[in-house]
Amino acid sequence: MAFSGLLSRVTDVLEGFLDPQLRARIDALPRRNLNEFGVDPFGCDPEIIKLIAPALTFLKDRYFRVETHGAEHIPKDGRFLLIGNHSGQLPFDAAMVGTTVLTEAPTPRLVRGMVERWSADLPFVSELFVRSGQIVGDPRVCARLLEADEAVMVFPEGVKGISKLFAQRYQLADFGHGFMRLALQTRAPIVPFAVIGAEEQAPAIADIKPLARLLGLPSAPVIFPQFLPLPLPTHYRIWFGEPMEFRGAADDDDDVVAGHVRKVKNTVQRMVDHGLKRRTSVFF
Amino acid sequence: MATKKTPTTPPTTTPTTTPRGRKAGPTTAAATAERRSAARLTRPRVLVTSGASDLGRVLCRRLHRDFDVISIDTRAFPDRPKDVDHHEVDLRRKAAQALIKKSKPELVVHIGPMHDERPGRSRGSSLLEATATLLKLVEEVGAKKLVVLSAATLYGPSAVSAAFMSEDAALLGGQRHPRMADAIAVDMMVQSFFWKSPGTETVILRPVHIIGPHMQNLVSRYLRMPRVPTLLGFDPMVQLVHEDDLTDAVVKALADGVRGVFNITGPTQAPLSRVLAVRGSHTIPVPGPLLAAALSRMGALRLTRVSDDELVHLKYACLVDGKRAQTVMGFAARRGLQDALRDM
Repeated sequence: MAFSGLLSRVTDVLEGFLDPQLRARIDALPRRNLNEFGVDPFGCDPEIIKLIAPALTFLKDRYFRVETHGAEHIPKDGRFLLIGNHSGQLPFDAAMVGTTVLTEAPTPRLVRGMVERWSADLPFVSELFVRSGQIVGDPRVCARLLEADEAVMVFPEGVKGISKLFAQRYQLADFGHGFMRLALQTRAPIVPFAVIGAEEQAPAIADIKPLARLLGLPSAPVIFPQFLPLPLPTHYRIWFGEPMEFRGAADDDDDVVAGHVRKVKNTVQRMVDHGLKRRTSVFF
Repeated sequence: MATKKTPTTPPTTTPTTTPRGRKAGPTTAAATAERRSAARLTRPRVLVTSGASDLGRVLCRRLHRDFDVISIDTRAFPDRPKDVDHHEVDLRRKAAQALIKKSKPELVVHIGPMHDERPGRSRGSSLLEATATLLKLVEEVGAKKLVVLSAATLYGPSAVSAAFMSEDAALLGGQRHPRMADAIAVDMMVQSFFWKSPGTETVILRPVHIIGPHMQNLVSRYLRMPRVPTLLGFDPMVQLVHEDDLTDAVVKALADGVRGVFNITGPTQAPLSRVLAVRGSHTIPVPGPLLAAALSRMGALRLTRVSDDELVHLKYACLVDGKRAQTVMGFAARRGLQDALRDM
């Protein structure tokens, strides 16, 4: 058919942009969970990464010029949870952390991020998310992935984090407890990370809550400058910390879990503060 | 059909009798009757409702090797195996009820509304009524086992459905689709029967879409099309199970001691596009609203019976977890997904 012919031509062109070194890293991604159709139980196909990797590495290396610290802390194998600060109105921080783990970690790992449930309603986007391993945020799905020794990225601040106003930049919002219960349940180590630079990519001066309610969106920020196709090209710095291990029962009392969560939050906040201190310029 | 095979756990009715095989071959009517009555003493009797539906026929052919099969359907079942006792009656009529009371089946297999597509009118309330009648009869004749074939689609493919739903997930599929709403009502009715009649071992099987050479259901028809419309920009994960594996699951469910709700799935799952690629079909991606409008217009002109509500299956995944059937019943699908897709 004409459509499939066109599709294969497009994929050939996209794969042409792929750096051979990156191709080798994508080929080296763990594939033990794939079935005879080349997908894992959730529909993720590492081959699809080859198509989107050129765009992601362009953003990472040219646009945001990501500077990575502590990539050696990313576990070489086995399950782990990536926990960090969320910012920047649009989830470019998640994309950049995922790309960094793919390109800079000691062994390439595919990070499974969480996406909003309504993204399943968007044509192409939903398909791309599923194929590239991004999953609808659901604790049972996360637990299943961790049990299968995958790497899962969670932003415990949630929407509160990404829709922060400029005045509250780099101040962590409350952390949810879900990720800690998940870590306890699956005995997964937590790798903390801090993203510096994403807060300035789309400075929001106000959040029009009635408009957000009207449109059914999590927030309706007034961004300066509004309606830009991409956020501002700030200089990203991503810091990875040493893996933290917690032991206990997943159904422990809230006070106990809150203590663990506080430890992780303080670690991330410390990493953010440290990263800010070391930063010389927002854009350079 | 599957090759002949005795079930791993031979069902027995009473401890004093043993299952006995039967010789095939031309015999006189009297001898057949005699043999049949002798077999009656030894083989458990199973009642299959909607026995002349696609799935009912496949089931009867599988079950008649180990059981005395009584099939009930309003339709004829001309190509049935000789020893399947088919009755062309409506389950809700007195004749059918008298028949069931007289033959006292120990085992009952009820094929739910999702697996019995019939042209024309909606059968919603009649099916609920038939199920209610059947449950009453099961209680009355003191049947040992009731297996009801529900469906995994009842969990509902939607944007918010979690991947790999277990048996305790809510059945949310019926919000838009009337047939699914009826099927959910049937499923719930049987769930309450667990408590009403604890003496009967009740099993609800919720299989994913069933495919196979004898299946004429919507999914099989869709997969057999040489040119297949898909929704532009959507490629959900699908789970399919082969008809032979499903009959295996039913036989496993008929074993002593099995009760409860079980999801029945094939060994793997795959994106729709790759499933269609194995079938060798040409896909025609159509924008969703266009396909929905075309279907509803064609439906209004009576050109198709496929409702535009069915498009959710092309848009969202509805993945279920079949682990419980594996651990409790020892069910494992023998047909791989690619193998099943080639055998249609």
